[in-house]
Amino acid sequence: MTINDLLKQDSEWLRCTGPNADIVMSSRTRLARNIEKMPFSNRANKAQLENTLCQVRDAALSTNFLKNATFFRLNDLSEIDRLFLVERHLMSPEHANNVEYKGLIVDPKEIVSVMINEEDHLRIQVLQSGLNLRESWRIMDEIDTAFSKKLPYAYSSKWGYLTACPTNSGTGLRGSVMLHLPALVFSGQINKILQAIAKLGLNVRGFYGEGTEAAGNMFQVSNQASMGMTEDDIIDSINKIINQTIQREESTRNSLLFKNKEALADRVSRAYGTLKSAHIISSNETITLLSSIRLGVDLGVLKSLDRRIVNELFILTQPAHLQKLEGHALSSSERDVKRADLIREKIR
Amino acid sequence: MRCDVCSTNEATVHLTEIVNDKITKLHLCESCAKEKGEEMEGHFGMSDLLAGLADLGANLEPDAANNVKCPTCRFTYNDFKKVGRLGCGDCYEAFKKQLDPLLKRIHGANRHTGKVPLMAGNTVKENRTLQDIRTRLEKAIMAEEFEEAAKLRDALRELQNKRTSDSNDNK
Repeated sequence: MTINDLLKQDSEWLRCTGPNADIVMSSRTRLARNIEKMPFSNRANKAQLENTLCQVRDAALSTNFLKNATFFRLNDLSEIDRLFLVERHLMSPEHANNVEYKGLIVDPKEIVSVMINEEDHLRIQVLQSGLNLRESWRIMDEIDTAFSKKLPYAYSSKWGYLTACPTNSGTGLRGSVMLHLPALVFSGQINKILQAIAKLGLNVRGFYGEGTEAAGNMFQVSNQASMGMTEDDIIDSINKIINQTIQREESTRNSLLFKNKEALADRVSRAYGTLKSAHIISSNETITLLSSIRLGVDLGVLKSLDRRIVNELFILTQPAHLQKLEGHALSSSERDVKRADLIREKIR
Repeated sequence: MRCDVCSTNEATVHLTEIVNDKITKLHLCESCAKEKGEEMEGHFGMSDLLAGLADLGANLEPDAANNVKCPTCRFTYNDFKKVGRLGCGDCYEAFKKQLDPLLKRIHGANRHTGKVPLMAGNTVKENRTLQDIRTRLEKAIMAEEFEEAAKLRDALRELQNKRTSDSNDNK
């Protein structure tokens, strides 16, 4: 599998096939793991980093789960390819910086990925469409167990899995769910809801994780504490809060539909009109308008459009994806033109 | 509680700043916090936050303790305070005096109760199983599920007996 093969398929997190796929884009679990007696990535020397890279690569590719996966040395990839992998949520934006001795393993379905020599030696990720955090953790648990037969993990009976940053130690588990909450944003309830979520011990972040803005009414919610609870309890506690948030979004969507139908239809149709006719469009404007038409599709206001196409556009209109489609680097203003061309072609 | 800046809105954001070893607490409403946030933006990352947290506990420690080197990677707790990242897994044991309270602040707990890796050895796993059964037993008693509790109590006894006989065998 090459990077270009990925371009031809739907990214797992946008497939929108799982439960509550109208509101939940994707569910993800991530485990942080390190090799015993080996300095963490920020303290390791070149030989140690190279050693870890090879050790983890060989161990991972020899498991049943990842025998068909592809290993990339980030050094060998172009900047556009690296950004492309970030846009597909297969690796973190931090992993794309200072790429020496860093690796990435991706399974052909883009469900499992392993970052090597990020902040921790291993960052394993399992993505699922829709609200599927439990299934994501089930797969992750099996992969982690298979890995632990081949890799001596840094572990203590007191503090659990030892990580470079104490905020990840214990289980090393971060469960996160990407929510599309346009109705809660339109109705002005979102800040209250986000504050409530934060009070219950969960983090809320933007589209691309830590330190990013919530573009397109999309919010990533994840657990803050990773020590002192079992993995199942962490997953359950996130699910509980997510389910309540989904209910709020659903009831607000219904009241928009019954009490404010004209305003809703106006918003959706204007977004649709702009996307259908624009010749120059920025990535930010695109994502905001796509959020509106996705709501329109979900609520049956916009019947002529398939949700799959909307989802596909969320990712294809991102800078690196546009450049991969075009086959060469594009300036920001060239991208705005190509982006508009692509959208007009897709939602004709 | 009212916001310290505008004194009108309810304070929902609570900030602790450390300037020249003095701790200042600020209680802000959402809009004032946003303004304050913009002031700080750009030079306030996760590692600064962690380093700040680490400082709170560290003030109680003599400076010598912060200069103790991790035997494996030669990192010190002062180094950790600077970068917000530890040097290796053994740093946890080397800096446990400072890290234990820090972990408690971060996670609300400083002991792991989750998964045990296959290579971690049998004692750890057995300890964990014992602990698991004890927790489940407590829960069952609280919920007045006495049949379940009786089963768990028997399982606990069996494990403890097995342990005693194992250790006698080893003598």
